Amino acid sequence: MGVEGGNFFTTKFDSILGWARKYSMFVYPFVTACCGMEYIAAACSHFDIDRFGAGLTRFSPRQSDVLMIVGTISQKIAPVLKKIYEQMAEPKWVVAFGTCAVSGGIYDNYSTVQGADKIVPVDVYIPGCPPRPETVFEGIMKLQEKIQNQHQDWRWKK
Amino acid sequence: MEEIVEKIKELFNDMLISYEEKEMPVFIIKKEGVHDFVKFLKDNDFSILLDITAVDYLKWPEKKEDRFEIVYHFFSLDYNQRIRVKFSLKEGESSPSLTPFYKNANWLEREVYDMYGIKFKGHPDLRRILMYDEFKGYPLRKDYPLKKRQPRLEGLKDD
Repeated sequence: MGVEGGNFFTTKFDSILGWARKYSMFVYPFVTACCGMEYIAAACSHFDIDRFGAGLTRFSPRQSDVLMIVGTISQKIAPVLKKIYEQMAEPKWVVAFGTCAVSGGIYDNYSTVQGADKIVPVDVYIPGCPPRPETVFEGIMKLQEKIQNQHQDWRWKK
Repeated sequence: MEEIVEKIKELFNDMLISYEEKEMPVFIIKKEGVHDFVKFLKDNDFSILLDITAVDYLKWPEKKEDRFEIVYHFFSLDYNQRIRVKFSLKEGESSPSLTPFYKNANWLEREVYDMYGIKFKGHPDLRRILMYDEFKGYPLRKDYPLKKRQPRLEGLKDD
């Protein structure tokens, strides 16, 4: 905007905001199937998801940043998932947790959505049936990396 | 338990097609006798209806005259014994409903209707239970295409 080095502030602010956001993810677990057990294992003290700043589970989409799709998405629940995604406030990210949410898995049949990305945009895919907690943390670290390097959406620029 | 089986053989002689002793007593009966048969079972301590399901014999190796077969499982707490009752149905034919005798038959029959399209005569609220209402066809029928997909579009379109 005519000011020399004007981008300096926005890039620095981007990285500060990214740093703050990546360590305070409020997770909304959309649990529909057996992967929920592994999510609970990852969230509880033995593996402790709170080390990554994702420990504060919110069971309301309006208070959460990360939509974690844990389990099989059937055709019947697809509109619900879409609605929950739309209820979440920006900025928001989506994690597909487990093979069923990633691609439909073994359920290649009439009743199952072949991957949650058919319904909502997915940022990180965590494979496994179900994924071990270590795999979940790998996924969460990948998401943190993505949040850190994300260029923020500056509304006042529009 | 043997007394009950003997009694059934005696009472329902004309309705009974065959009787087998497998992991539990298996009765194959005629469709007309279902209500009487089930009423007899209910009055003789078979107080629990475990399951209602159906079989589609469309692609069975040996051709069957009737396409569907309904399978009931009952359980008796007094005898600690299960019992299986089967009867066959032609395509398009409706089956008698067990809702007058067993309350849980309501949902079980809705499931059979949802998956096989078999109508139950006398059912109070026969509609789909597992699939959504817009779903076309009956997915567990053998002539339902394996790869056919019917995504539910409600609420998914961007307006």
